[in-house]
Amino acid sequence: MFQGRDIACDRGERRIFSNLDFRIMQGQALVLRGPNGCGKTTLLRTAATLLKVARGKLTWDGTDISEDPEEHRARLHFVGHLDAVKGALSVRENIAIWAKVRGSTEDRIEAAMAAFEILHLMDTPAQYLSAGQHRRTALARLVASPAALWLLDEPTVSLDADGTACLQRAIAAHRADGGMVMAATHIELGLDDVEFLQLKPQ
Amino acid sequence: MKSFRAIIARDLLLAVRQGGATFLALVFFLLTVTLFPLGIGPEPAVLARVAPGVLWVAALLAAMLSLDRLFQADFEDGSLEQLTLSGLPVGFIVLAKIITHWLTTGLPLLLAAPVLAVLLNMNDEGFAALLLTMLIGTPALSLIGAIGAALTLTVRRGGVLLSLLVLPLYIPVLIFGVSAIDAAVHGLNAKPHILLLAALTMAAIPLCPWAAAAAVKLSLE
Repeated sequence: MFQGRDIACDRGERRIFSNLDFRIMQGQALVLRGPNGCGKTTLLRTAATLLKVARGKLTWDGTDISEDPEEHRARLHFVGHLDAVKGALSVRENIAIWAKVRGSTEDRIEAAMAAFEILHLMDTPAQYLSAGQHRRTALARLVASPAALWLLDEPTVSLDADGTACLQRAIAAHRADGGMVMAATHIELGLDDVEFLQLKPQ
Repeated sequence: MKSFRAIIARDLLLAVRQGGATFLALVFFLLTVTLFPLGIGPEPAVLARVAPGVLWVAALLAAMLSLDRLFQADFEDGSLEQLTLSGLPVGFIVLAKIITHWLTTGLPLLLAAPVLAVLLNMNDEGFAALLLTMLIGTPALSLIGAIGAALTLTVRRGGVLLSLLVLPLYIPVLIFGVSAIDAAVHGLNAKPHILLLAALTMAAIPLCPWAAAAAVKLSLE
Protein backbone atom coordinates (compact mmCIF):
# COMPACT_ATOMS: atom_id res chain seq x y z
CA MET A 1 0.00 0.00 0.00
CA PHE A 2 1.35 3.38 -1.05
CA GLN A 3 0.01 6.19 1.04
CA GLY A 4 0.44 9.93 1.37
CA ARG A 5 -0.75 11.75 4.43
CA ASP A 6 -1.14 15.50 4.75
CA ILE A 7 1.36 16.11 1.94
CA ALA A 8 2.50 19.61 1.04
CA CYS A 9 4.94 20.50 -1.72
CA ASP A 10 6.85 23.65 -2.62
CA ARG A 11 8.38 24.68 -5.94
CA GLY A 12 10.76 27.55 -5.45
CA GLU A 13 9.13 29.59 -2.71
CA ARG A 14 5.63 28.79 -3.83
CA ARG A 15 3.39 26.25 -2.12
CA ILE A 16 1.91 24.08 -4.91
CA PHE A 17 -0.50 22.04 -2.81
CA SER A 18 -1.06 21.17 0.82
CA ASN A 19 -3.19 18.92 3.04
CA LEU A 20 -3.22 16.25 0.36
CA ASP A 21 -4.12 12.67 1.25
CA PHE A 22 -4.15 9.65 -1.02
CA ARG A 23 -3.93 5.91 -0.80
CA ILE A 24 -3.24 3.29 -3.46
CA MET A 25 -3.84 -0.38 -2.69
CA GLN A 26 -2.51 -3.33 -4.67
CA GLY A 27 -4.10 -3.49 -8.09
CA GLN A 28 -5.52 0.01 -7.80
CA ALA A 29 -5.12 2.95 -10.13
CA LEU A 30 -5.22 6.56 -9.00
CA VAL A 31 -5.79 9.21 -11.64
CA LEU A 32 -4.78 12.78 -10.82
CA ARG A 33 -7.08 15.47 -12.10
CA GLY A 34 -6.92 19.23 -12.11
CA PRO A 35 -6.07 22.28 -14.21
CA ASN A 36 -2.55 23.16 -15.41
CA GLY A 37 -0.23 24.14 -12.59
CA CYS A 38 -2.22 22.46 -9.83
CA GLY A 39 0.68 20.15 -9.00
CA LYS A 40 0.06 16.84 -10.79
CA THR A 41 3.63 16.60 -12.03
CA THR A 42 4.93 17.83 -8.68
CA LEU A 43 3.02 15.11 -6.86
CA LEU A 44 4.28 12.41 -9.24
CA ARG A 45 7.87 13.60 -8.97
CA THR A 46 7.50 13.69 -5.20
CA ALA A 47 6.16 10.14 -5.21
CA ALA A 48 9.25 9.18 -7.24
CA THR A 49 11.50 10.84 -4.58
CA LEU A 50 12.80 13.30 -7.20
CA LEU A 51 11.32 16.08 -5.06
CA LYS A 52 11.08 16.33 -1.30
CA VAL A 53 7.86 16.83 0.60
CA ALA A 54 7.64 20.12 2.48
CA ARG A 55 5.29 18.61 5.03
CA GLY A 56 3.60 15.26 5.62
CA LYS A 57 4.69 11.74 4.93
CA LEU A 58 4.76 9.24 2.08
CA THR A 59 4.65 5.66 3.26
CA TRP A 60 4.95 2.24 1.64
CA ASP A 61 3.25 -0.47 3.69
CA GLY A 62 3.56 1.85 6.66
CA THR A 63 7.27 2.61 6.28
CA ASP A 64 8.35 6.16 5.48
CA ILE A 65 9.92 6.11 1.98
CA SER A 66 12.53 8.71 2.95
CA GLU A 67 14.11 6.11 5.25
CA ASP A 68 15.39 4.16 2.26
CA PRO A 69 14.80 6.14 -0.95
CA GLU A 70 16.87 3.69 -3.06
CA GLU A 71 14.59 0.83 -2.11
CA HIS A 72 11.56 2.90 -3.06
CA ARG A 73 13.12 3.90 -6.39
CA ALA A 74 13.82 0.28 -7.23
CA ARG A 75 10.14 -0.58 -6.95
CA LEU A 76 8.81 2.18 -9.16
CA HIS A 77 8.72 3.17 -12.81
CA PHE A 78 8.46 6.84 -13.70
CA VAL A 79 7.48 8.05 -17.14
CA GLY A 80 7.72 11.82 -17.26
CA HIS A 81 7.69 14.49 -19.94
CA LEU A 82 11.09 13.38 -21.19
CA ASP A 83 11.40 10.03 -22.95
CA ALA A 84 15.01 9.15 -22.04
CA VAL A 85 15.39 7.58 -25.47
CA LYS A 86 18.79 7.84 -27.15
CA GLY A 87 18.73 8.66 -30.86
CA ALA A 88 22.03 6.90 -31.53
CA LEU A 89 20.71 3.56 -30.26
CA SER A 90 18.13 1.25 -31.80
CA VAL A 91 14.71 0.75 -30.23
CA ARG A 92 15.77 -2.62 -28.87
CA GLU A 93 19.00 -1.25 -27.38
CA ASN A 94 17.12 1.62 -25.77
CA ILE A 95 14.75 -0.76 -24.00
CA ALA A 96 17.46 -3.31 -23.19
CA ILE A 97 19.61 -0.66 -21.49
CA TRP A 98 16.98 0.13 -18.89
CA ALA A 99 16.03 -3.50 -18.46
CA LYS A 100 19.68 -4.36 -17.72
CA VAL A 101 20.20 -1.43 -15.38
CA ARG A 102 17.20 -2.71 -13.44
CA GLY A 103 18.43 -6.30 -13.59
CA SER A 104 15.62 -7.63 -15.78
CA THR A 105 15.74 -10.57 -18.19
CA GLU A 106 16.09 -10.83 -21.97
CA ASP A 107 12.61 -12.25 -22.68
CA ARG A 108 10.93 -9.28 -21.03
CA ILE A 109 12.55 -6.97 -23.60
CA GLU A 110 10.80 -8.83 -26.43
CA ALA A 111 7.56 -8.84 -24.44
CA ALA A 112 7.85 -5.08 -23.91
CA MET A 113 8.29 -4.40 -27.62
CA ALA A 114 5.38 -6.68 -28.41
CA ALA A 115 3.18 -4.97 -25.82
CA PHE A 116 3.66 -1.59 -27.50
CA GLU A 117 3.66 -3.01 -31.06
CA ILE A 118 7.13 -1.78 -31.94
CA LEU A 119 8.73 -5.18 -32.69
CA HIS A 120 9.05 -4.22 -36.36
CA LEU A 121 11.08 -1.15 -35.36
CA MET A 122 13.48 -3.20 -33.22
CA ASP A 123 16.63 -2.31 -35.20
CA THR A 124 15.64 1.21 -36.22
CA PRO A 125 17.80 3.94 -34.66
CA ALA A 126 15.57 5.95 -32.36
CA GLN A 127 16.45 9.22 -34.08
CA TYR A 128 14.32 8.14 -37.08
CA LEU A 129 11.22 7.41 -34.98
CA SER A 130 8.05 9.49 -35.06
CA ALA A 131 6.98 11.22 -31.85
CA GLY A 132 4.43 8.50 -31.14
CA GLN A 133 6.92 5.68 -31.74
CA HIS A 134 9.42 7.53 -29.54
CA ARG A 135 6.82 7.60 -26.78
CA ARG A 136 6.03 3.92 -27.20
CA THR A 137 9.72 3.11 -26.80
CA ALA A 138 9.74 5.08 -23.56
CA LEU A 139 6.59 3.34 -22.32
CA ALA A 140 8.00 -0.10 -23.19
CA ARG A 141 10.38 0.41 -20.25
CA LEU A 142 7.39 -0.17 -17.99
CA VAL A 143 6.99 -3.72 -19.20
CA ALA A 144 10.70 -4.46 -19.73
CA SER A 145 11.40 -4.70 -16.02
CA PRO A 146 9.03 -5.41 -13.15
CA ALA A 147 8.15 -2.63 -10.68
CA ALA A 148 5.26 -2.47 -8.26
CA LEU A 149 4.38 1.19 -8.74
CA TRP A 150 3.96 2.99 -12.07
CA LEU A 151 4.05 6.78 -11.98
CA LEU A 152 2.82 8.12 -15.31
CA ASP A 153 2.88 11.81 -16.16
CA GLU A 154 0.70 12.45 -19.22
CA PRO A 155 1.65 9.07 -20.69
CA THR A 156 -0.57 9.39 -23.75
CA VAL A 157 1.09 12.51 -25.16
CA SER A 158 1.66 11.97 -28.92
CA LEU A 159 0.21 8.45 -28.81
CA ASP A 160 -2.39 7.46 -31.42
CA ALA A 161 -5.51 5.43 -30.60
CA ASP A 162 -3.63 2.14 -31.02
CA GLY A 163 -0.84 3.32 -28.79
CA THR A 164 -3.30 4.38 -26.11
CA ALA A 165 -4.94 0.95 -26.36
CA CYS A 166 -1.51 -0.70 -25.89
CA LEU A 167 -0.98 1.39 -22.78
CA GLN A 168 -4.42 0.48 -21.44
CA ARG A 169 -3.70 -3.24 -21.89
CA ALA A 170 -0.29 -2.86 -20.24
CA ILE A 171 -1.83 -1.05 -17.27
CA ALA A 172 -4.60 -3.66 -16.98
CA ALA A 173 -2.05 -6.51 -16.98
CA HIS A 174 0.06 -4.67 -14.42
CA ARG A 175 -2.95 -4.18 -12.13
CA ALA A 176 -4.03 -7.78 -12.55
CA ASP A 177 -0.59 -8.73 -11.18
CA GLY A 178 -1.23 -6.58 -8.14
CA GLY A 179 0.64 -3.53 -9.46
CA MET A 180 -0.26 0.05 -8.61
CA VAL A 181 -0.63 2.98 -10.98
CA MET A 182 -0.63 6.69 -10.32
CA ALA A 183 -1.26 8.72 -13.45
CA ALA A 184 -1.82 12.33 -14.41
CA THR A 185 -3.83 12.70 -17.56
CA HIS A 186 -6.26 15.03 -19.27
CA ILE A 187 -7.78 12.50 -21.58
CA GLU A 188 -9.80 9.47 -20.59
CA LEU A 189 -7.42 6.52 -20.19
CA GLY A 190 -10.35 4.13 -20.43
CA LEU A 191 -9.41 2.19 -17.33
CA ASP A 192 -11.93 0.27 -15.27
CA ASP A 193 -12.45 0.89 -11.63
CA VAL A 194 -10.16 3.87 -11.01
CA GLU A 195 -10.04 6.31 -8.16
CA PHE A 196 -9.72 10.00 -8.86
CA LEU A 197 -7.77 12.59 -6.96
CA GLN A 198 -8.83 16.13 -7.67
CA LEU A 199 -6.10 18.71 -7.17
CA LYS A 200 -7.01 22.32 -6.69
CA PRO A 201 -4.83 25.26 -7.58
CA GLN A 202 -3.70 27.14 -4.47
CA MET B 1 26.93 -4.26 -8.89
CA LYS B 2 25.15 -5.62 -11.97
CA SER B 3 23.39 -2.29 -12.47
CA PHE B 4 26.70 -0.48 -11.98
CA ARG B 5 28.27 -2.53 -14.77
CA ALA B 6 25.17 -2.05 -16.93
CA ILE B 7 25.52 1.74 -16.64
CA ILE B 8 29.19 1.62 -17.64
CA ALA B 9 28.33 -0.67 -20.57
CA ARG B 10 25.57 1.73 -21.63
CA ASP B 11 27.81 4.78 -21.54
CA LEU B 12 30.58 2.99 -23.46
CA LEU B 13 28.08 1.88 -26.11
CA LEU B 14 26.86 5.47 -26.44
CA ALA B 15 30.45 6.73 -26.65
CA VAL B 16 31.23 4.27 -29.46
CA ARG B 17 28.03 5.17 -31.36
CA GLN B 18 28.72 8.86 -31.08
CA GLY B 19 32.28 8.12 -32.24
CA GLY B 20 33.55 11.50 -33.41
CA ALA B 21 32.36 13.55 -30.46
CA THR B 22 33.93 11.13 -28.01
CA PHE B 23 37.45 11.44 -29.29
CA LEU B 24 37.29 15.18 -29.79
CA ALA B 25 39.26 15.62 -26.57
CA LEU B 26 42.07 13.47 -27.94
CA VAL B 27 42.21 15.41 -31.21
CA PHE B 28 42.24 18.67 -29.24
CA PHE B 29 45.14 17.34 -27.14
CA LEU B 30 47.15 16.35 -30.23
CA LEU B 31 46.51 19.67 -31.96
CA THR B 32 47.29 21.90 -29.00
CA VAL B 33 50.57 20.17 -28.25
CA THR B 34 51.67 20.32 -31.90
CA LEU B 35 51.05 24.08 -31.83
CA PHE B 36 53.86 24.61 -29.34
CA PRO B 37 56.81 23.68 -31.59
CA LEU B 38 55.27 25.99 -34.19
CA GLY B 39 54.74 28.79 -31.70
CA ILE B 40 57.97 28.80 -29.73
CA GLY B 41 60.30 27.47 -32.43
CA PRO B 42 61.90 24.09 -33.03
CA GLU B 43 64.87 24.58 -30.63
CA PRO B 44 65.17 21.05 -29.07
CA ALA B 45 66.49 22.26 -25.71
CA VAL B 46 63.64 24.73 -25.27
CA LEU B 47 61.02 22.16 -26.21
CA ALA B 48 62.51 19.58 -23.86
CA ARG B 49 62.39 22.17 -21.06
CA VAL B 50 58.71 22.99 -21.54
CA ALA B 51 57.53 19.48 -22.52
CA PRO B 52 56.14 18.32 -19.14
CA GLY B 53 54.22 21.54 -18.59
CA VAL B 54 52.87 21.69 -22.12
CA LEU B 55 51.69 18.08 -22.02
CA TRP B 56 49.96 18.47 -18.68
CA VAL B 57 48.32 21.81 -19.47
CA ALA B 58 47.04 20.46 -22.78
CA ALA B 59 45.75 17.31 -21.06
CA LEU B 60 43.98 19.46 -18.46
CA LEU B 61 42.27 21.56 -21.11
CA ALA B 62 41.35 18.52 -23.20
CA ALA B 63 39.79 16.78 -20.20
CA MET B 64 37.90 19.94 -19.30
CA LEU B 65 36.61 20.33 -22.83
CA SER B 66 34.92 16.94 -22.65
CA LEU B 67 33.31 17.44 -19.25
CA ASP B 68 30.01 18.84 -20.49
CA ARG B 69 29.35 15.44 -22.08
CA LEU B 70 29.49 13.77 -18.68
CA PHE B 71 25.91 14.53 -17.60
CA GLN B 72 24.50 17.16 -19.97
CA ALA B 73 23.04 14.96 -22.72
CA ASP B 74 21.53 12.56 -20.18
CA PHE B 75 20.12 15.48 -18.22
CA GLU B 76 18.44 16.98 -21.28
CA ASP B 77 16.73 13.83 -22.56
CA GLY B 78 15.59 12.56 -19.16
CA SER B 79 18.05 9.67 -18.93
CA LEU B 80 19.73 11.12 -15.85
CA GLU B 81 16.36 11.19 -14.08
CA GLN B 82 15.79 7.56 -15.05
CA LEU B 83 19.28 6.60 -13.92
CA THR B 84 18.78 8.10 -10.48
CA LEU B 85 15.51 6.17 -10.24
CA SER B 86 17.24 2.87 -11.02
CA GLY B 87 17.55 2.07 -7.33
CA LEU B 88 21.33 2.43 -7.29
CA PRO B 89 22.63 5.17 -4.95
CA VAL B 90 23.27 8.32 -7.01
CA GLY B 91 26.92 8.38 -5.92
CA PHE B 92 27.51 5.05 -7.66
CA ILE B 93 25.75 6.23 -10.81
CA VAL B 94 28.03 9.28 -10.86
CA LEU B 95 31.06 7.04 -10.25
CA ALA B 96 30.06 4.80 -13.17
CA LYS B 97 29.86 7.85 -15.42
CA ILE B 98 33.23 9.12 -14.17
CA ILE B 99 34.80 5.74 -14.97
CA THR B 100 33.41 5.88 -18.51
CA HIS B 101 34.60 9.45 -18.87
CA TRP B 102 38.11 8.38 -17.89
CA LEU B 103 38.04 5.39 -20.26
CA THR B 104 37.01 7.58 -23.19
CA THR B 105 39.08 10.68 -22.34
CA GLY B 106 41.82 10.06 -19.77
CA LEU B 107 42.97 6.74 -21.21
CA PRO B 108 43.33 8.00 -24.82
CA LEU B 109 45.25 11.04 -23.51
CA LEU B 110 47.52 8.74 -21.53
CA LEU B 111 48.23 6.63 -24.61
CA ALA B 112 48.87 9.65 -26.84
CA ALA B 113 51.15 11.46 -24.36
CA PRO B 114 54.37 9.44 -25.04
CA VAL B 115 54.07 10.06 -28.80
CA LEU B 116 53.74 13.79 -28.19
CA ALA B 117 56.60 13.65 -25.69
CA VAL B 118 58.85 12.43 -28.53
CA LEU B 119 57.65 15.34 -30.64
CA LEU B 120 58.63 17.72 -27.83
CA ASN B 121 62.04 16.07 -27.48
CA MET B 122 61.50 15.06 -23.87
CA ASN B 123 64.38 13.29 -22.12
CA ASP B 124 64.17 9.49 -21.98
CA GLU B 125 64.22 9.65 -18.19
CA GLY B 126 60.95 11.53 -18.21
CA PHE B 127 58.87 8.93 -20.05
CA ALA B 128 58.23 6.59 -17.16
CA ALA B 129 57.30 9.53 -14.92
CA LEU B 130 55.07 10.99 -17.64
CA LEU B 131 53.13 7.75 -18.06
CA LEU B 132 52.89 7.17 -14.32
CA THR B 133 51.71 10.70 -13.49
CA MET B 134 49.18 10.60 -16.33
CA LEU B 135 47.93 7.22 -15.13
CA ILE B 136 47.52 8.52 -11.58
CA GLY B 137 46.51 12.09 -12.42
CA THR B 138 43.96 11.77 -15.24
CA PRO B 139 41.40 9.93 -13.07
CA ALA B 140 41.55 12.93 -10.72
CA LEU B 141 40.70 15.18 -13.69
CA SER B 142 37.55 13.15 -14.39
CA LEU B 143 36.65 12.98 -10.70
CA ILE B 144 37.08 16.69 -9.94
CA GLY B 145 35.52 17.66 -13.25
CA ALA B 146 32.37 15.70 -12.41
CA ILE B 147 31.60 18.14 -9.60
CA GLY B 148 31.81 21.10 -11.97
CA ALA B 149 29.79 19.31 -14.64
CA ALA B 150 27.07 18.41 -12.15
CA LEU B 151 26.93 21.94 -10.68
CA THR B 152 26.52 23.60 -14.07
CA LEU B 153 23.81 21.21 -15.32
CA THR B 154 20.97 23.67 -15.02
CA VAL B 155 22.98 26.64 -16.29
CA ARG B 156 22.35 27.44 -19.93
CA ARG B 157 25.60 27.40 -21.91
CA GLY B 158 27.45 26.56 -18.73
CA GLY B 159 30.69 25.81 -20.57
CA VAL B 160 32.55 28.95 -19.51
CA LEU B 161 31.30 28.73 -15.94
CA LEU B 162 32.34 25.09 -15.89
CA SER B 163 35.92 25.95 -16.85
CA LEU B 164 36.08 28.75 -14.28
CA LEU B 165 34.92 26.30 -11.61
CA VAL B 166 37.09 23.38 -12.56
CA LEU B 167 40.41 24.86 -13.72
CA PRO B 168 41.43 26.23 -10.28
CA LEU B 169 40.70 22.82 -8.79
CA TYR B 170 42.97 21.21 -11.39
CA ILE B 171 46.00 23.26 -10.28
CA PRO B 172 47.27 20.76 -7.66
CA VAL B 173 47.15 17.94 -10.21
CA LEU B 174 49.11 20.11 -12.65
CA ILE B 175 51.73 21.09 -10.06
CA PHE B 176 52.47 17.58 -8.82
CA GLY B 177 52.22 16.05 -12.29
CA VAL B 178 54.73 18.45 -13.79
CA SER B 179 57.10 18.49 -10.82
CA ALA B 180 57.30 14.69 -10.83
CA ILE B 181 58.30 14.64 -14.50
CA ASP B 182 60.76 17.54 -14.00
CA ALA B 183 62.36 15.71 -11.10
CA ALA B 184 62.73 12.54 -13.18
CA VAL B 185 64.17 14.45 -16.14
CA HIS B 186 66.80 16.07 -13.91
CA GLY B 187 67.72 12.79 -12.30
CA LEU B 188 66.10 13.62 -8.97
CA ASN B 189 63.74 11.52 -6.92
CA ALA B 190 60.24 11.78 -8.42
CA LYS B 191 58.62 9.58 -5.80
CA PRO B 192 57.43 12.27 -3.34
CA HIS B 193 55.64 14.16 -6.12
CA ILE B 194 54.04 11.00 -7.45
CA LEU B 195 52.91 10.00 -3.96
CA LEU B 196 51.32 13.41 -3.43
CA LEU B 197 49.54 13.11 -6.76
CA ALA B 198 48.33 9.64 -5.77
CA ALA B 199 47.08 11.05 -2.47
CA LEU B 200 45.08 13.66 -4.40
CA THR B 201 43.45 11.00 -6.54
CA MET B 202 42.77 8.75 -3.58
CA ALA B 203 41.07 11.61 -1.74
CA ALA B 204 39.05 12.47 -4.84
CA ILE B 205 37.70 8.92 -5.31
CA PRO B 206 35.29 8.99 -2.34
CA LEU B 207 34.75 12.77 -2.13
CA CYS B 208 34.05 13.80 -5.72
CA PRO B 209 31.28 11.27 -6.58
CA TRP B 210 29.59 12.16 -3.31
CA ALA B 211 29.70 15.90 -4.00
CA ALA B 212 28.70 15.47 -7.65
CA ALA B 213 25.79 13.23 -6.61
CA ALA B 214 24.48 15.97 -4.33
CA ALA B 215 24.66 18.45 -7.21
CA VAL B 216 22.94 16.02 -9.60
CA LYS B 217 20.09 15.49 -7.13
CA LEU B 218 19.67 19.26 -6.79
CA SER B 219 19.58 19.75 -10.54
CA LEU B 220 16.73 17.25 -10.87
CA GLU B 221 14.52 19.03 -8.36
